Amino acid sequence: MHMLVCGGTGCRASASDAIVETLKSELAAKGMENEVQVIMTGCFGFCEKGPIVKVLPDNTFYTQVTPADSAEIVAEHIVKGRKVNRLLYTDPENKQHISDSKHMGFYKKQLRIALRNCGVINPENIDEYIARDGYQAIGKVFEMGAQAAIEQMKKSGLRGRGGGGFPTGLKWEIASKNHADQKYVVCNADEGDPGAFMDRSILEGDPHSVIEAMTINGFCIGATKGLVYIRAEYPLAIKRLQIAIDQAREYGLLGKDILGSGFDFDMELRYGAGAFVCGEETALIHSMEGERGEPTVKPPFPAESGYLGKPTNVNNVETFANIPVIILKGAEWFSAIGSEKSKGTKVFALAGKINNVGLIEVPMGTTLREVIYEIGGGIKNGKKFKAVQTGGPSGGCLTEKHLDTPIDYDNLLAAGSMMGSGGMIVMDEDDCMVSVAKFYLDFTVEESCGKCSPCRIGNKRLFELLERITKGEGTMEDLDRLRNLSEVIKDSSLCGLGQTSPNPVLSTLDNFYDEYIAHVTERKCPAGQCKSLMQYVVDQEACVGCTACARNCPVNAIAGDRKKPHVIDTSICIKCGACIEKCKFNAISIQ
Amino acid sequence: MAKVKSLADLKKMKEQLQSKVDLREKGEDPESRVQVKVAMATCGIASGAKTVMDYFLEELDKRSIDAVVTQTGCMGYCYAEPTIEVKLPGQEPVVIGYVDVKKADEIIEKYIKNGELVDGIIPMNYNTIDNQ
Amino acid sequence: METVKLTIDNRQVEVPKGTTVYKAAKTLGIDIPVLCYMDLGDMNIENKPGGCRICVVEVEGRRNLAPSCSTTCAEGMVVKTHTMRVINARRTIMELILSDHPKDCLTCAKSGKCELQDMAVKLGVRNIPGQEYAEMSTYKTDFSPSIIREMDKCIMCRRCETMCNTVQTVGALNAVNRGFMAVVAPAFEQDLEKSPCTYCGQCVAVCPTGALTEVDSTPKVIRALADPTKTVIVQTAPAIRAALGEEFGMAPGTLVTGKMAAALRQIGFDYVFDTDFAADLTIMEEGTELLDRLTRHLNGDKNVKLPILTSCCPGWVNFFEHNFNDMLDVPSSAKSPQQMFGAIAKTYFADKMSVKREDLVVVSVMPCLAKKYEAQRDEFKVNGNPDVDFSISTRELAHLIKEFNINFADLADEDFDRPLGESTGAAVIFGATGGVIEAAVRTAYEVHTGKKLPKMDFTELRGMEGIRSATIDFDGLPINIGVAHGLGNARKLLEDVRSGKANYHAIEVMACPGGCIGGGGQPLHHGDSSILKARAAAIYREDAEKPIRKSHENPYIHKLYEEFLGKPMSEKAHHLLHTHYFDKGNKDIYI
Repeated sequence: MHMLVCGGTGCRASASDAIVETLKSELAAKGMENEVQVIMTGCFGFCEKGPIVKVLPDNTFYTQVTPADSAEIVAEHIVKGRKVNRLLYTDPENKQHISDSKHMGFYKKQLRIALRNCGVINPENIDEYIARDGYQAIGKVFEMGAQAAIEQMKKSGLRGRGGGGFPTGLKWEIASKNHADQKYVVCNADEGDPGAFMDRSILEGDPHSVIEAMTINGFCIGATKGLVYIRAEYPLAIKRLQIAIDQAREYGLLGKDILGSGFDFDMELRYGAGAFVCGEETALIHSMEGERGEPTVKPPFPAESGYLGKPTNVNNVETFANIPVIILKGAEWFSAIGSEKSKGTKVFALAGKINNVGLIEVPMGTTLREVIYEIGGGIKNGKKFKAVQTGGPSGGCLTEKHLDTPIDYDNLLAAGSMMGSGGMIVMDEDDCMVSVAKFYLDFTVEESCGKCSPCRIGNKRLFELLERITKGEGTMEDLDRLRNLSEVIKDSSLCGLGQTSPNPVLSTLDNFYDEYIAHVTERKCPAGQCKSLMQYVVDQEACVGCTACARNCPVNAIAGDRKKPHVIDTSICIKCGACIEKCKFNAISIQ
Repeated sequence: MAKVKSLADLKKMKEQLQSKVDLREKGEDPESRVQVKVAMATCGIASGAKTVMDYFLEELDKRSIDAVVTQTGCMGYCYAEPTIEVKLPGQEPVVIGYVDVKKADEIIEKYIKNGELVDGIIPMNYNTIDNQ
Repeated sequence: METVKLTIDNRQVEVPKGTTVYKAAKTLGIDIPVLCYMDLGDMNIENKPGGCRICVVEVEGRRNLAPSCSTTCAEGMVVKTHTMRVINARRTIMELILSDHPKDCLTCAKSGKCELQDMAVKLGVRNIPGQEYAEMSTYKTDFSPSIIREMDKCIMCRRCETMCNTVQTVGALNAVNRGFMAVVAPAFEQDLEKSPCTYCGQCVAVCPTGALTEVDSTPKVIRALADPTKTVIVQTAPAIRAALGEEFGMAPGTLVTGKMAAALRQIGFDYVFDTDFAADLTIMEEGTELLDRLTRHLNGDKNVKLPILTSCCPGWVNFFEHNFNDMLDVPSSAKSPQQMFGAIAKTYFADKMSVKREDLVVVSVMPCLAKKYEAQRDEFKVNGNPDVDFSISTRELAHLIKEFNINFADLADEDFDRPLGESTGAAVIFGATGGVIEAAVRTAYEVHTGKKLPKMDFTELRGMEGIRSATIDFDGLPINIGVAHGLGNARKLLEDVRSGKANYHAIEVMACPGGCIGGGGQPLHHGDSSILKARAAAIYREDAEKPIRKSHENPYIHKLYEEFLGKPMSEKAHHLLHTHYFDKGNKDIYI
């Protein structure tokens, strides 16, 4: 029997290390340590319900396990064969326990290609990867030759998963045709979108697939050196990737004459300091060269002049993770999955006001509705869906009317958002869309490198305008300026960061213009989020004059005699909410 | 660790390693496989269930039978320990009592390989939550 | 040559492959506005970060606007340079840049010569929407002995970085901080004084705004002139006369030696002298030192250091003190002409005039900003009183002349005063790259061989090539001479010397491209190398017209040695005219 314990960063933060230890010690106490293996795997994706423990072969999926549960799992499930019902997933619809993850809404519509090994194998053991056909793709590529492999990649229709969606096969072909004494393969593991963690999960759960894919890439374009640019704040991914590299070297799957092909390839890690802009490939390359991490004008593209001026192919982690399977199963298999122009699957990081927060992988063409309602389990606390923001901080906010849009690169772009690296943040009726736009601009202002003026100054000005509006100081002219500025920044910025940073503003202007108008003309925030536009009011009917509010007001803004209705002086009130909390009669409201 | 020298080497290696992770792929769909559950409660262990379980694990693997061997708790037939439950794909499970190594061999050869019933089958008279 | 055909504003043009859209448009007479862009012409260096985005144009088929300065022409490209989209973007970007730029144009050092100001006028910006509530990025102002960095005025054009890093390889300036707070600064945001800055002033020379300016010493000069107890004398460097006229609308290359002397006298200097006199003196000392080292070398002295390196350029001195601190005994120990002049003025001349050292104020007019720093070096002070009190740049002299309401163009030529105003043609050519070594050769040849020079012009030492070398026949003895201008070229040459790859007897180095005529204190030439060539031609013209063209034939130099110094490299000469160098390492830049 195998017990798979999620070893992703999220579950580890919830003590999955301790779960492994306690499971092992409980098994040892029962003398079953040889029959049952406890294996720490990569992320299962269902982070909302983590830590996850999966028991095989009876395929039982335990959720929200704590180290204290280990004794019961071993005693009941392992020894007595009885599932621990209280740790099983409960179907939100019919309140039934579900033990097999296949039957959970969260997993039903998923198709795991990039995440195929995450939550299945022990990422620190190369044997388990090999047992799952690992490194056979590179062997197959050696047999078919570089040209044929590039053809396969082109035919598969795989597009870059980092956000741009550039056809991977074409990228490889261009790099293969530029001749140089040295070429490089770079893996972009500088996952910078807040909330997105698919690349981290792949590196933590299945590092060998990235190593194998980079080797394939190296062979196809004639590069013997690979570099992984990885965020220094991903210590677990770094550790597992390094272990994987060492193991691959030990097996001769990295190094000289790989599988007797005569092809040499090796790789090393480069650490990024966490600048968002370093996810842009030219900025990433400059950062690796020891230069300031800022983008340069393309062309020249890295395929022509990249790392140290040599032809360089840059792909992101998720793109690489798809490659070994495509080679093994063939381009036709892959291109049969997905939509017309976007093939395969895409991993999304579900977050926000949604029931099932986590990492999911679905075929391209799945609709937003399926993702949010079926996989995501709908909106938290039964609230109303308002918007979903795709594509990270510079994606757009899509609404109800977009819910049945099949997700792919082109549809998202057409709807005013983008694929990005796959962040998906769901907002409900309580979210103020002006504040949402401001929140994202705050991020891009912070992360702009400062090289080009539209992004450096323009985003700052956008942020200032949004701040004025949320404070109730905005004018109708400000709304016009907001739009013009956004369009110019989008049109004239140097790199992808500036070219997309106004998306949250433009998409909210398009889809929630009435909210902007309410802020500007009525000085009201319909969602009740903008502090400056709120007023605390005591309901004169409901107030019994208990004085609890007045006694707890930190600024003495509440006046009133005992047993008589109280009044809040809004000019003094700091809107801290202490009075609402203390009022037992629901007499204070925000208007 | 020796280096993997060729694709053929790698494939050979994969074959050897396959069983290590087989459980995980097939575990996703246990219905398609032979399932052997050995009752491993105190009563079963006392009667030699552990030896029986190890035997099934080793022998099924050796005889290349695609099977899942798991332990389970007391089935209630303490008088007939060690007891095992065998479920062939698409068939109702059968419970067999008084299983020792010799009996186990017979079960593999006759029932698992050819579907011939063996002696010692205990009629089932309850449902488990799994087959509800 | 391979060419590409494209259409710009509906006109066909054929340009060599690799040409930028900006340059292609220029061939059609279309002058696309540029701000951050800088073309250093003959140096084959362009600053085109594509950062300001003012030069954006529309390229058919591209989603975004393209920066014409850094977009390469492609076959069949269709470019439009003034569509409404382009004009709106340009204007909006200009408004953005100005929204983060101080509005103190009236008192800004660059007022009237500011490229940002010019561009604002060109693009018709009359108001900056939202300026009232737009935050401005601020940064501390950094005062060094030579250069003031007022980074509030920095527009991130990165020209200074190109000069400091690519051309000069000094590495004192680099972009720091991100986004809105990004500026150009020394490492760790140290002050320039603690950086490896050489004060060459090339950054100041190319800064489009008032972000980098020279320290203005004219108020101190005026105060000294107004003090009746002081005798104020002035010396003017060779390169001033070939460039000062440009500040008064004259063509580059106009010689204004006589007008300059007249203007200085009108301003009120008690004596108007010439640094050229000290240049002749430098040749006497440095030439003698060269011959001394050469003779010892030929006699088999293994301790003698060759090649001898010139030491007249203070930027170069700073550079080797920072970067070649293992070779501090290689350069000539002779002081620069400015400092020789000061030392002689405050001893020999002061004695002659019976003026106390403290009451004699020596002002120098230099094409250079490093001279300001040099004048303040401790080793050039006696009891705290500097040999040269104030050093002003060519630009500051022009301001002074304007402030004193002198009609420069109409001035009648006047002569320098005696004795420190007499000079030879050899001294004049100090102002152009190769000139110092040519002057040294003229003297060393005659002193060494005892024969008269067969020809005066060593054209093989002249020109604009970054590194030049020539072998001069000293009557059977071949003398290898190297010349480098621009510190990047100096570094290359010096590294070859250090590694033993290069075999020279003497090397002349000038920190600024073109030599002093291209100094950081000269009228701004915006990288236009034709201006530098015109100035150099003027220098050589003045040399050719001089009755005496060899330093050792200057009668006043003879008199100085007879009356005061004895002979070259005498003890007194050593004391007054020679110096030593300090290891500045890079230690200061690390906190």
